[in-house]
Formats: sequence, C-alpha cells, structure tokens
Amino acid sequence: MEPLKLPPIDYAALLPMLILFGAACAGVLLEVLVPRRARNIAQLSLSLLAIVAALVAVIMERGTRTITIGGAVAVDGPTLFLQGSILVLGGVSMLLIGERSIERGGVFVSQAAVTVGSQKDMKQAGGQPGATEVYPLATFALGGMLLFVAANDLLTMFVALEVFSLPLYLLCALARRRRLLSQEAALKYFLLGSYASAFFLFGVAFIYGFAGGIQLSVVHDAVANPQRSQVLLYVGLGMVAIGLLFKAALAPFHVWTPDVYQGAPTPVTAFMAACTKVAAFGALLRVLYVAFEGVRWDFQPVLGSIAVLTMFTGAILAVTQTDLKRLLAYSSIANAGYLMVGVLALNDEGLSSTMFYLVAYGFSVLAAFAIISLVRDSDGEATHLSRWAGIGRKSPLLAGVFTLILLAFAGIPLTSGFTSKFAVFGAAFEGGQTWLVIFGVVTSMLLAFPYLRVVVLMWLSEPGESTPAVSIPGFLTSAVLALGLLVTVGLGVAPAPLIELTREAAQFVR
Amino acid sequence: MFADFPFLSILTLLPLVGAAVVAFIPRSKAQLAKLVALGWSLVVLVLSVFMWAAFTIDGDRFQFRESYTWIPAWGANFTFAADGIALVMLMLIAILFPVVILASWNDVDQSTRSAPAYFALLLSFEFTMIGVFAAADVFLFYVFFEIMLIPMYFIIGSFGSGQKQYAAVKFFLYSLVGGLFMLASVIGLWVLGGHTFDFTELAKSTAAIDQNTARWLFLGFFVAFAIKAPFFPFHTWLPDSGGAAPAGAAALLVGVMDKVGTFGILRYCLSLFPEASRWFAPTAMILAVIGIIYAALLAVGQNDLKRLVSYTSIAHFGFIGIGIFAFTTQAGTGAVLYMVNHGLATGLLFIVVGMFVARRGSSLVSDFGGAGKLVPVLAGVLFFAGLASLALPGTAPFVSEFLVLIGTFSTNKGYAVVATIGIVLAAAYVLWMIQRTTQGTLNPALAELPAMSKDITLREKAVVAPLIVLLLVLGFYPKPVIDVINPAVQATMQDVGAKDPVPTVEAGGKVGG
Repeated sequence: MEPLKLPPIDYAALLPMLILFGAACAGVLLEVLVPRRARNIAQLSLSLLAIVAALVAVIMERGTRTITIGGAVAVDGPTLFLQGSILVLGGVSMLLIGERSIERGGVFVSQAAVTVGSQKDMKQAGGQPGATEVYPLATFALGGMLLFVAANDLLTMFVALEVFSLPLYLLCALARRRRLLSQEAALKYFLLGSYASAFFLFGVAFIYGFAGGIQLSVVHDAVANPQRSQVLLYVGLGMVAIGLLFKAALAPFHVWTPDVYQGAPTPVTAFMAACTKVAAFGALLRVLYVAFEGVRWDFQPVLGSIAVLTMFTGAILAVTQTDLKRLLAYSSIANAGYLMVGVLALNDEGLSSTMFYLVAYGFSVLAAFAIISLVRDSDGEATHLSRWAGIGRKSPLLAGVFTLILLAFAGIPLTSGFTSKFAVFGAAFEGGQTWLVIFGVVTSMLLAFPYLRVVVLMWLSEPGESTPAVSIPGFLTSAVLALGLLVTVGLGVAPAPLIELTREAAQFVR
Repeated sequence: MFADFPFLSILTLLPLVGAAVVAFIPRSKAQLAKLVALGWSLVVLVLSVFMWAAFTIDGDRFQFRESYTWIPAWGANFTFAADGIALVMLMLIAILFPVVILASWNDVDQSTRSAPAYFALLLSFEFTMIGVFAAADVFLFYVFFEIMLIPMYFIIGSFGSGQKQYAAVKFFLYSLVGGLFMLASVIGLWVLGGHTFDFTELAKSTAAIDQNTARWLFLGFFVAFAIKAPFFPFHTWLPDSGGAAPAGAAALLVGVMDKVGTFGILRYCLSLFPEASRWFAPTAMILAVIGIIYAALLAVGQNDLKRLVSYTSIAHFGFIGIGIFAFTTQAGTGAVLYMVNHGLATGLLFIVVGMFVARRGSSLVSDFGGAGKLVPVLAGVLFFAGLASLALPGTAPFVSEFLVLIGTFSTNKGYAVVATIGIVLAAAYVLWMIQRTTQGTLNPALAELPAMSKDITLREKAVVAPLIVLLLVLGFYPKPVIDVINPAVQATMQDVGAKDPVPTVEAGGKVGG
C-alpha cells in the first residue's frame, strides 16, 4: 500500500485563518498569564492586532486564485473579498465588544452567580473589567467564519460551521443584565443550531452517496453527469440548504433570530448581525454557484419562494414589534430575503451585488446596534420603543445618526441601503427573476413603515418622563458609529470603488 | 452669453451649501439664519435669471448639458441638462423660494422648534427640487425624487400644525410607495435599455423593448408620478399634508413639488414609452376629468382653508393631466404653462391664507367672517389670489386653462366639455370661500383679536407683490414663457408620435380649428 502523502499546502493562502486561530489560542493563554487588571487591554489589543494582521495577509494574497490542502480550501476572489469583509466587520464589532466605559465592568457577566447590582457585583465590576474570555471566543468565531467562506468541500464547511457557531452560542449567554433572557436565547440558539448542523451533516452524507465525494467540484461534475439516483441529490441539497438557511436566518428557519438578537449582549448581536450574515451567505453562494449550478432550474423556484416568504415575514412582523432589538432582528430577516434575491440571480452580477450588499448592510447594522447600546437607564439598555419618544430633542446628534441608518435600511437614495438594493434587484432582473424584484419592492414598502415609526417617535413625539438618558459614547463606540455612518453614506454617494472591487472578485475557482 | 457656464450643477449645489451654513447658525441667532437663508435663495434667483437669459430658444432641446462620471459600473452619471419645460420650472422654483422664506419669517418664532433648522430644511428642499428638474440621468432623477421626501417630511412633522405626525407619515409613505414602483421600472428600464441611465440614449433604445414589458414599465413610472402630482385616486395624502404643513411649505408642496409628477409624466413617461402612453391616454384622461370634478366638489364642501386650497390644487392638476394626455402641442404647452401659473396662483393663495391663519390662530372658514372690515388690503389680496386661482381672464391661469381646453377640444371633445364644468365649480368654491371669510357681518370673536386689527405689513407686501405682478404680466403677455415651452413640448409630442390636428378649410374658405 502506498504511504500516505501530505497534500501540498499553500501556507500563505491560509495565513489569515492561521493568524486568527493562533491569536485565539494565545488569548486563552493570556487569560492565565496576565494579571486581571491588565487583561482587558491585553486581550483587546491582541485580538485587534490579529485581525489587522489577518487583514494585511488577505490584502497581500489578493491576487491568489488557488485550491489547497487537498481541495479542502479554495482561496479565490469571493473568498478573499468575503474574508476581508468579515475581518473588517469583525474588527469593528470587536471595538463594540471592548467598550467598557458606558457601563462599569462592561456588558458581559464576570461571574454568573453574582446578582446584578448587588454590592458584590459593584465591587467586582469596579475592580475587574468584565469577562475577558469573550475576546478569544470572538476570535475563534471569526477564524471559523474565514474558513467557512473558503471551504471547498462539504466536510470542511461543516467543521468551520461548528467552529464559528460554538463560540457564538457561548457569547450569547454572557449578558450581564437580563441574564435569564440571555441564557434562554443561548439555549434556543444552541438547540436549534444543533438541529440545523445535524441536517447539514445528514445532507452531506446524501450528497456523498450521490456524488461519491464531498468536494464541491466533484459534486458539480456529478450533478452535470449523474451516475446515481437524483433523489439522493435533491434530499441532500435540501438538507444542506436547511443548515445554511438557518445560519442566514431565512424563513421558515428564522424563528431563533428575534429571541437571540434580543437576549444576547448587544455587541454580540451586532457581531452576529454583521459577520455571521457575511459568512452564511458566503458559504451559500459557494455551494449554490460552484456545486449545484447544474440544477439551478430545480432549486431556483424553491429558494425563490423562501426568499419571498422571508421578505414578507421580516417586513410584516417588523411592523408589529415594540422592542427595538427585535425590530432590527426582523429587519435583518427581511434583509436576508433581499440578499437571497441577489444570490438567486445566479450570474456574476448576483455574486458581486450580494457581496456588496453584505458589506453595506454589515456596517449599517453595526452602527444601529452601537446606538442601541448607548440609550440606557439604570436597568441597562432601554430598548422598548416607547422609551425612545422625543429622544431627538434630548440628543439630536445620536438621533440624527440613527435616523440616517434607518433611512438606509429603508433604502432611501444617497445611503448604502439604496445602492445595495439597487444592485441586487438589478442583478435579479438581469437573471430573469423579475418576480423576486417585484416582491422585493413590495416588501420594501411594508418595511419602510416600522423604520419610519421609529423616526417619528424620535423626532416628532414630545419627550416623556421615561425617556432615558443617552450615555456619552466611549472612544470605541464613537469609532464604530463614525465608521458605520461613514460607510453608510460613503457607499450611498460613491459606491463605484466597492462595486469595482466586488466585480473583480466575482469569480469562483472550481 | 454664459452658455458654457455650468449653471445647473451650481444651481443644484448652491442651496445645499446654504442649508449647511444655515444649519450651523446657533438657535439664539435666529434673525441671522433667516437673513442668510433669504440672501442665499436670492443668489439662486439671480443665477437663474442669468440662466434664463443664456437659454437659446431656437437652440437644442437640451441645453446647459453637464456630465460627470458617478458609478461607471452602472452607467450612472451626474448628468444635468434642461429643456424649456425644466427651465420654466427651475425659474418658478427660484422665484417661489425667496418669497416663501420671507413669508415664513415669523412662523417658527412662537414654537419650541429651532428657526435655523426650519430655514435649513427649506434650503435643502430647494436643493432637491432644483436637482430633480435639472437631472438628465434617470438614476440621478430617481435619487432626487426620493430624497426630496426627507426635508418635506421634517417640515410637515416638526413645524406643522394639527395632525402633523399623521400627515407627515402619510405623505412619506404614499410617496415612497410610488417611488418604489418607479424603482422597479427604473431597474427594468436600465437592464432592457442597455445598462445606461442617460435620458437621450434611453429615449432611443426604449423602442426595442417589447410592447407588453414597456407598458408595465410605463405603469411603474406613472403610478409614482400620479401619486406625486397627485391625480385621482392617489390624491388623499395632499389635503392632509397641505392642511398640516406650515402655509409657506404648503405653497411649495403644491406649487413646486407636485409639479414633479406632471413634469415626470411629460419627460419620462411620454418620451420613453410613447406606445404605452398612447395606450394609457384614455384612462389617464378619465382619471384627470374625474379629478377635476371630484376635487372641486370636495373643495366646495371644505371648512378648513388650507385643505380647501389643497383640493383646488388637485382639481387644477386634473386640467394639467388632460392637457398632457390630449397629445396636441397646444394642450401640452397649456399644461406646462398651467404648471407655472398654478405655482404662482396657488402659491399666492396658500401664502395669503397663511397670513390669515397666523392672525386668527385657526384655519377654519367658520372662525372667520367679515374679516375684510378689519384687514381690507389683505382681504383684497386674498380676493385677487382667489380670482387668479379660478382663472379669471387677465390673470395668468386663464391663458393656460384656455390653451388646455381648446387644445384638448381639438382631439377629445367630450373630455374638454366635461372639464369645463370644473371652471364653474372653481368659481363656486373660491367665491364662496371668500364670501364666508372676508365678507358679510363681522365675526365678533374676530374683532377681539389684536392680531386681526393689523392689516398687511411691509414684509407681507414684499411677499405678495412679486407674485401679483407676475400673475398680471403673464396674464397679458405670456409670450416669453410660451416661446421657451413650445419647442420642448413639440419635441415631446414628436417623441410620443402625436400629430397636431391639421386645420381644415371650410366651405366658406375660412380657416377653422
């Protein structure tokens, strides 16, 4: 028997992931070695440094188009672009996670058994700046996402899925206030996420049975020239899709989203809304475009119906929400629907516009959650809509920024929300999916209402007694807000450079 | 003279810069903010006058063309160009804004809201208005079409009266819904028209779009414009918005912003989708005629002055509508002239009504009565504005209404005849409104109000004088404006493939219409 040979490994192409995983491991060690007082700053610097280094590595590799480690990882245009986006968005969310000046001790719980606001809690919070294990956890998650969008076989994809999901489950449970809500959210996310992972894995098994391999290119060839029963293919594709649609929060696999978005600590919510979305859609794009392109006529109507259902679910339920975090959760579901419209264009335009949308939406949603973390009273964040009445009079700057972000969500021109919607709808129209464009436009009309309601509350209502104070944002949150605003307006007014970039990147290797 | 000067881009950006400057003036220096805003809008007016002078009547259809690259991947450019129709609308904007700013001088003083913010919003609204008429790139047009909602939304919502929140949200949602229909059409047009947004190129390439698709695309545009104008049955937002907005802003709302709808139909629906326009014309005519009669009847029954004026405006838009869809140069020219004259007349009417409302503190007709005894000059101005609004011969609206009706009569006799009933109803609602507010016995509650004893002030005279002069001048000598409009309308009618009815020679040898 031939001795087992190590496949050639392109370390340079893998460098971004290696850096992040290395930094995450180092972060675990730092937790042991560094004294408590210095831990927060050390961990934050380490993770930011790692993200910047990984980003530099991605940029250095920008010309690489290769498949490495025995076909497990593909580094191509979409991979590099999505990895870059995840790193940038992840870096920005890391700033939010690192914010400790808004609330003493930060938003993460340092010891679950201590009652919130008790003397002991206060003492602890004053001395120890929160739980610092969130940084390595978040770094692990980021590393997993980088691998997820690069995975070129279904098993690597599954491993990456677990690598980034497990830290997220944990992070969701770490809210310092409203702990029950947070723990319930984490449990819900974990259980449903596990089901979804199981579906995914089961689906991979079917596909293996159909294609005789798990590499996307092998699946592609088998789809083009089927040797075995197509039932295996359809069942497998359906189950893999369920796993991916769950992460991307498409209806009817979206039910976890509002609860998790509401219960998780706001920086983690922001992290999930921005980065997980990029990762999930990145993998979905690769699976559909690379492996299953041959059966596009079969899955296009099914996934198209799912997109329509998602847009309607998100838009209609957003109208009825009274809690801002839940409202944004439903809006993110609707946005997942719009992203799906771009994905289903199934042409180069679809790929590039979806990637454009992911970046644009990520920055807006980060800024939105950053603002939510600022409006608080003695019980923590005041997320009930009624509490935001008249906040425009008390802090016009904050309300102004939020208004702009909401207008971007509503797709008003000169914001990134408009250009990105235009891009995906244009791509879908070109791809012959006019019906999706029409439903997209109709749901945009519905969705404008909840956003507008918040704008009305903030500016046109008189401030009530219960209107909470707005915290002065710390340096880190200010940076997030400034960046989010800059990108939201920048991509609305001058989207050309990013469009060019996504177009250059829009070619998968097989 | 000045033909190469980049008029349109500077005109567009100037108010935006002004808005930024005014917004940064602190609240304590409200007077300074007002002066800067007024000065700024006057600079825009002066520049517009120069542009008018530089426009060559026999020249190209589109003049002052400028184009700057924006999003090359989509073929979207900052392209500005004006034909005669856009030019007269830009002139109307340039005239109305300083007038409205002066008219709104004290509107915000009594409220808790910030005066610099109000005037900054007015200037940013001027920016979006100039942009939407100056754009010659469909993408750019769409951008301005949507963002114009934002300043007006805050003007109504923050500075209005009555049910202002409801009105602001209704206004925003109605317009946004129309805008999104248009977005779908814009995307379709872009993909099928060869990935370009340039108006002149699109006008050439749309002929290749198949008939059915073109009709759907046409409908997307039409719905957006019909909501904006507004035409029956998309009109219900206007009385609410017009009733809730501050009087000056309401004058802009019906005087300028609603014209975007009719302008859009002329420029985009007719020129880009000629076949679909001919197909839809009968329906549009019916809607327009219903609008004339229905809105006029509702106006007769109104007890709120501002809502009443809003309804008259809907009726007038019906006339503009039949003028456009009659597809004759005469009616088309009349419709465009109507857009200008309606801006002046209804603008004046709204502003004068605003002066009454500011004195009385109420906009209900029943709260007035015999006001002419207290403020005779102001009542006289109201009377004049009302007469202009009902198109009395000698005032400018008469010319345009007459042109529309005879132009329509030559191709669509029935509609023209029914529309004439609207003129009778116009006399009814205007005269009855004036009779109930300024004539008759003096309402005792009115006499007790110290504000009502103050007749028209110097500032108010300065506000109404330019509009009255213009209404009279254009009533007797509309030629300069018609000369500018006519070539553009002829070009549009050519696009739509309409031929003017040829005069026939009757037996007696006389030439008849």
